[in-house]
Amino acid sequence: MAATSAQSGASSSVRSIFETLSYGPVPDADNVAKAWLDDHCRQFGHFINGSWYKPEAGSQSQTQNPSTGEVLASVLEASEDDVNKAVTAAKEAFTSWSSLTPHVRARYLYSVARHVQKHQQLVSVMETLDSGRVMRESRDIEVPLVVRSVYHYAGWADVRDAEFKGFKPYGVVAVLPSFTRPLVSLTQRLCAALATGNTVVVCPSPTTPLSALLLVDICREAGLPAGVVNVVTDGRERDGMRRLVAHAHVDKVAFAGTTQVGRMLRQLVAGTGKSMSLELSGKSAMIVFENSDLDSVVEGVVDNIWSNQCQVNTAGSRLLVHEPVAERLARKLRQRLETVKVGDSLDKLSDIGALTCDWMPNVIEQFVDEARQEGAQIYQAAAGQSNRGWFYPPTLVVGAQAASRIVTEDFLGPVVALIPFRTAKEAIALANNSAYAMAASVWTESVTLAFEVGSLLQAGTVWINCHNVSDAAAGVGGGRLSGSGRTGGKRGVLEYMQLSSATPVKPNTVNVNMQTFGSSVAPRPSAPIPGAGDEKPAGEKNLSPYYDDTPITPPSTPTPRGEQPDFPRNGKRPDGQYSRPVQNAKGQVMGHVAEASRKDVRNAVEAAQKAVASWSKRAGHNRAQILFYLAENLQLRREELSAQLEALTGQAEGQGLQEVDLAIGRLFYWGAYCDKYGGTVQEVPFSGSVSEVNEAVGVIGIACPEACPLLGFVSLFAAAISRGNAVIAVPSEKYPLPALDLYQIFDTSDLPGGVVNILTGNSDHLTRFLCEHEDVQAVWYFGSAEGSKFVEYASAENMKRTWVNYGQERDFTDPVQGQGEEFLFHSTQPKTLWVPMGEIFAN
Amino acid sequence: MAARNAGVDFDEAWIKNVYINLPAIKRRAETLGTRRGVKKQWQAAWQLRAVTCIDLTTLAGDDTPTNVSRLCYKAAHPVRRDLLKAMGMESAGITTGAVCVYPSRVADCKKAMSSLQAKINIASVATGFPTGQTPLKMRLAEIREAVQDGATEIDIVINRTMAIGGDWKGVYDEVRLMKEACGEAHMKTILATGELGSMVNVYRASMVCMMAGADFIKTSTGKEGVNATLPVSLVMLRAIRDYYEWTKFKVGFKPAGGIRTAKDACTWLVLMKEELGDEWTKPDLFRIGASSLLGDIERQLFHHVTGRYAAPWEVPMA
Repeated sequence: MAATSAQSGASSSVRSIFETLSYGPVPDADNVAKAWLDDHCRQFGHFINGSWYKPEAGSQSQTQNPSTGEVLASVLEASEDDVNKAVTAAKEAFTSWSSLTPHVRARYLYSVARHVQKHQQLVSVMETLDSGRVMRESRDIEVPLVVRSVYHYAGWADVRDAEFKGFKPYGVVAVLPSFTRPLVSLTQRLCAALATGNTVVVCPSPTTPLSALLLVDICREAGLPAGVVNVVTDGRERDGMRRLVAHAHVDKVAFAGTTQVGRMLRQLVAGTGKSMSLELSGKSAMIVFENSDLDSVVEGVVDNIWSNQCQVNTAGSRLLVHEPVAERLARKLRQRLETVKVGDSLDKLSDIGALTCDWMPNVIEQFVDEARQEGAQIYQAAAGQSNRGWFYPPTLVVGAQAASRIVTEDFLGPVVALIPFRTAKEAIALANNSAYAMAASVWTESVTLAFEVGSLLQAGTVWINCHNVSDAAAGVGGGRLSGSGRTGGKRGVLEYMQLSSATPVKPNTVNVNMQTFGSSVAPRPSAPIPGAGDEKPAGEKNLSPYYDDTPITPPSTPTPRGEQPDFPRNGKRPDGQYSRPVQNAKGQVMGHVAEASRKDVRNAVEAAQKAVASWSKRAGHNRAQILFYLAENLQLRREELSAQLEALTGQAEGQGLQEVDLAIGRLFYWGAYCDKYGGTVQEVPFSGSVSEVNEAVGVIGIACPEACPLLGFVSLFAAAISRGNAVIAVPSEKYPLPALDLYQIFDTSDLPGGVVNILTGNSDHLTRFLCEHEDVQAVWYFGSAEGSKFVEYASAENMKRTWVNYGQERDFTDPVQGQGEEFLFHSTQPKTLWVPMGEIFAN
Repeated sequence: MAARNAGVDFDEAWIKNVYINLPAIKRRAETLGTRRGVKKQWQAAWQLRAVTCIDLTTLAGDDTPTNVSRLCYKAAHPVRRDLLKAMGMESAGITTGAVCVYPSRVADCKKAMSSLQAKINIASVATGFPTGQTPLKMRLAEIREAVQDGATEIDIVINRTMAIGGDWKGVYDEVRLMKEACGEAHMKTILATGELGSMVNVYRASMVCMMAGADFIKTSTGKEGVNATLPVSLVMLRAIRDYYEWTKFKVGFKPAGGIRTAKDACTWLVLMKEELGDEWTKPDLFRIGASSLLGDIERQLFHHVTGRYAAPWEVPMA
């Protein structure tokens, strides 16, 4: 053993160890893992349609052991043709795989679980060899989680049809595992995809491809049918990944990695109709209150940053500490640093192993250096003994300010920045003052405080008095730049299914100029020039955008007919003071509506943000009362509105009434759902309580469909506000009047100002600015294929959630398409809350 | 050798606002043994170190001079001489840390030790062990007698009636008196953690005993339902660390009850080394109260030296 022989004879005699009580090396053997690599001659092909495939030509890349730099194996870079072969195999297998009974699919997954269990040690060593994660974690945390996950998803496979009525799988799923946590991130996505009936093409990172290759070998051994799981490997430039994601027959992309790559992928698939789940970077916070167990906090920091190289996106790299205990905690952490061991990842004694990539230590050093120059104090443990591998010592940064790059930017490394705070309110503000929203933990012995802070943190996971605990049954996923979509739990399964009524989107042939789309208002819609003395239809209205509750005076100019315009008490004049005519189906001008602009979007977002803070915290019962009241008041104006609808759209008599009645029904429906989708208890092997709370998404921009001008608008805004969101709606561009008519109803139904804001005008123009506004959390778009593509592309910038129709008509009169689970899914943002219990001991 | 803990005046502030999160403590305890480990000669050396920290104990109604003197011999020669020689340890003076008996058997120990010409600490439990439910006057008298008979260490039990009732000043005052009664003999205070009901009480009891001058704090008598567990010990060690930070006095730690295997013993040494540092891995600040542990260690050492697993009869009994 190299490490042993390095010790001098004298210092490793029993006598001398007896005196010093020093540790010796406790390495795990890597011979079985290396034998597996040798079986493959250390040269891997792609795994396509049940067998290994090595094309003659093709460039290769090598994967190294981060602890030693030793080359472990070489993998191919997938060419266009390789990707095509893999996707074709998956697509063919989908036909048979998706038509199996759920139980048969479950049995296959169960078999995979059994086989992974049999090879636990091999899988652990391989993960450690390839990614640098220390053996203790691979063996005690990662692989048990993998085994647990496969069993858990085998269960979902079995109950799929009972639990997900009205849903079907997507088809071919591209799974792109994280490069720093390859095994777990792959397994959970793979299993969720397979359990629901999809087939999969995996494209692992060229840095850490081995766990995917080993896992697929185990799947083959377990008897998984050919083509159900395929693996194509990739080169450093990730061309293979791009080819796979862009492939016309890939229907869903599940990616775990950095925000930068996630954004690129989202832009790449914009408008193609591919579903995406993205788990991206994080900069999570640990919030430590004075009434917490500080020694356990210290171990929490070790568990969460100083053990796994901080190479998970949930790692709490921002340590926010209550001022009275900040110094004490810093002292305890400095002391603890002395016993954190950095060393070979296979050594049982290493707390921190090597970093996954060779460039990482330099990047971390730059951040630390910068903090040092800014006046922060840096405390580090002794660095790794090996000078061959890619190590960085565990580091504590004290005195870095909240604006320092080391605090704001995500970089993967065992570095924690301690930042003091004065009050709980300030702690929450600091924690939420981040571009990321992956996870957070709260440390306090006060249950009252813990729950309150937990509810106010913007993060996909909140742990109380622990950090980085995970399980297959508990959802993980972020908001903001940390991505969207969940892994784990029922919601994580739903990510891999679509409505049974969904039809495939046409291949991406739409060309959109992202620079110019909607950037200027289309020419004013031409209206027939009325002849002298022509009578305008009765009821002409001058309407303004509606986004505030500040009463303003109606314009003094009377309408041509001299009657008082129907001007809402709390409408706002458009910033640009322009308006556009609205015509009915016969081309007659029915009224003028405001031409809202970029600045109106800005003002509306401000109003909505202000409103959503309290609206989202209202009791569901209270929101329900308001929605029921809305429905009741709409009922009172049923005839009037239906007549107007018919006059506007020219639809047959009676259809207007039908639409109004459906809208009333929908308001009742969403009123009912105000207090019936709060979340679920997650059944995890954990002593305590784990719940997934469905929180509001925030401010949602909605571009409503052209058709069903009343029902489309109502179906969408009511779903959103039912779950506590605030809305900026752009009603049907052609027929905005019915939506505007709801103004008065809002007023008389106690709907607080700012919860629903309406902007009339050019739909594409307003959509553009909604997408480009960083403080809009989601955009729903029901318009053209071009617009859909733009929305998905532009939203990638701040990773806001999107829901678009790809130019396909949606029948809002059909209850399957006009309400239901899909609406709830898009109206909510889950947060998993982990609360350990167990104070009682002994007698 | 560190200065003995002189104790400090009772200060309620030190046991107020104590926050202990048991699930978090358990997580740390669970991973202690998986984060660290020793193999090969390291394992043998660590096991030998553990031997020197053992308070070799017999606390039974049927103890007589016969088994007590056998115990003393084993304490003086805990590992077969041939095994020590094979490891180059024959001149290291390996003995257990102490023998531990009831007060009435202290004189037997004293006699056995002088005939063995061994200078091994004689520890005696006292103060109405294991329950402490006798009048204070008698508990103090018990200490004095044991010391008079030759005990160099006294393992007292704290008053659980007062502790559970929250009368920490009462506990302090009693332990203070016991410390006086011990005189030169070292005082180990048994908290009987399994009867204290909460980890916060474990911390308070630790701190109160240290304020009252304990040389060691000890987990349990071995007679409670729950004895020496790693989570309980973590809480006690953190109290020792805090007390050291505030007073600069180093107080020792003694887990007792249920420690039976060589592997366990190494985990306890890991715990001490990781939480308090190397100083707390030596017999002046660390003891393990055990009776069957030594036999298992000796068998493991047999295996280390010979490469063969030992039969029970291959190590002499205590």
